Amino acid sequence: MMKKALSGAIILLFSLFSVYPILYVVSVSLRGDNAFQSRSLEIFTSSSTISNFVKLFIETDFLIWMRNSLLISAVTTLMGLTLAATSAYALSRYRFRGRNFMLFALLATQMFPATMLLLPFYIILSHLKLIDSFWGLFIIYSSTALPFCVWQMKAYYDTIPRELEEAALLDGCSVWQIFYRIILPISSPALVITALFSFMTSWSEYVIAAVVLQDPELYTLPLGLKSFQASLGTQWGLYAAGALIVSIPVLILFIGISRYLVSGLTMGSVKG
Amino acid sequence: MASIEISKVTKQFGSLQILKGIDLQIQSGEFLVLVGPSGCGKSTLLRTLAGLEKSDEGELKIDGKVINDVEPQSRSISMVFQNYALYPHMDVFSNIAFGLKLLNKPKHEIEHRVNGIANLLQISHLLDRKPKELSGGQRQRVALGRALARQNPVVLFDEPLSNLDAHLRSQMRVEIKRLHQNMKSTMIYVTHDQMEATTMGDRIAVMKEGVIEQLGTPTEIYHSPKNVFIARFIGSPEMNFLEGPIVKKVPWPEAQKPDQLLGVRPEALKVSRGPLGPQEVEIGQMQIELSENLGGQQMLHGIIENQSVRLLADSLDKFSISEQVPLKIDLTKVHIFDKKSGLNQRL
Repeated sequence: MMKKALSGAIILLFSLFSVYPILYVVSVSLRGDNAFQSRSLEIFTSSSTISNFVKLFIETDFLIWMRNSLLISAVTTLMGLTLAATSAYALSRYRFRGRNFMLFALLATQMFPATMLLLPFYIILSHLKLIDSFWGLFIIYSSTALPFCVWQMKAYYDTIPRELEEAALLDGCSVWQIFYRIILPISSPALVITALFSFMTSWSEYVIAAVVLQDPELYTLPLGLKSFQASLGTQWGLYAAGALIVSIPVLILFIGISRYLVSGLTMGSVKG
Repeated sequence: MASIEISKVTKQFGSLQILKGIDLQIQSGEFLVLVGPSGCGKSTLLRTLAGLEKSDEGELKIDGKVINDVEPQSRSISMVFQNYALYPHMDVFSNIAFGLKLLNKPKHEIEHRVNGIANLLQISHLLDRKPKELSGGQRQRVALGRALARQNPVVLFDEPLSNLDAHLRSQMRVEIKRLHQNMKSTMIYVTHDQMEATTMGDRIAVMKEGVIEQLGTPTEIYHSPKNVFIARFIGSPEMNFLEGPIVKKVPWPEAQKPDQLLGVRPEALKVSRGPLGPQEVEIGQMQIELSENLGGQQMLHGIIENQSVRLLADSLDKFSISEQVPLKIDLTKVHIFDKKSGLNQRL
């Protein structure tokens, strides 16, 4: 009983550590601009107001940044998912010259920090005249997320029994039909994780976006939020309100796709 | 129904030669069983016929048409896998109907066929369940249903019952045989279980190390095994092999040659009581070591001329341990094998 109470208390303490900063951001978003300097630990005060949220939508380009971020993240996710799902299938199921090298090369790219790749990426994009264009970001985000996504999808495909594909082949499926009618539906947990990873890669990314995008009309949410910081002062209320809203699409996405995030989808297909 | 012709088919994996020039003709509507120990190439032969493996050499024909380069989905072959291989995201109905949907059959025909097969296999009440909600036996029935739904002229079975318990296995054996009688497809069934082979097959092909050692009806193979391997592999309990002077008690010229083995099945060995019949020979005294009660019969384990033997006797007969009993053999049921070549000298 004592042990249970103790573990409960520890969990509660860690939960508070995790949740309090978020609640504090909520609190800041509901206060005036100077409220960030307040020493009070109160979350909601008598002067709490939603004026920062209203200001964010009416007086700033927040909606444009959001549209830009959604577009970039959606395209990156779609590109990443399509490329990872297909190439990982080929790497999992076919033996061809250079396969092992390719797998190793994909892994090797993960050893380098993204900032190190910034300069070569910039040079390539400027040659392709893709600086200050969403296409530049589509390419960089997709290519940086792809190696991890490919490995992840391949690892999942490797667990799917080959007999399923052979049965489908004898049932009359073409290779492409086997892929989309049998393999993809079974792989939904891996696809969900891959989609989430691709989306998150582009949704909250700042450094690459700051280098590639210069036109404020093309700013993504992280770039837009950064613009609330000025040399003489930062609009913390707006910043906090923006940060909270930025997290909502990710939350919705996660809740929306979490029902596909179930284990044991291949259970019952073959004798375990 | 379709006839199958396999000519000089070889298959190599790396340096390992799995199939060494297989020749086999299967008649239309026949139930042929490929049996042999693990690694003998029986599953590889089946997979080659299905198109899941490419043969290195040789020719495969269905109804006289060469199918070597025909894609698996166009060979009109169905297959039941050892591990069921059911589509886990589909319910039983969709699993069975999948092949028919790919053929673009009308919806009412698909429903009619799936319901017919479900009735036949007694799985009508399971049609809306997912594979994970089924028992092993039910899953294997669904796998059977899926293979039969397309009504392909050739159905292959790759050790379909090996994951089931003994009771379910014997039940499914009868059902598959009944299905064959109803559907009349040409069926090839792979197993390593000689009991399954002899009870199910119209003919049996016994394989060893990539070659077919003997092809024949279960009766032919049981009563006229071509060599020691087949004599040992087919039949349970296993055939007794005796050597030395005891072999020469068999009054055949082959038995008088040096280095011969006397092969006698446990049911052809009898405790000699009373006068010998015209085709019976007494071979010596056996000391009883152990008796296993099998219900209607008992298996006696004993020693004759320092060699172990097993024989079947009526379970009501009384024997005591260490008792010496005279043994006789039925000459119509014994075999003489050459010790070196292993070949049956009477064939």
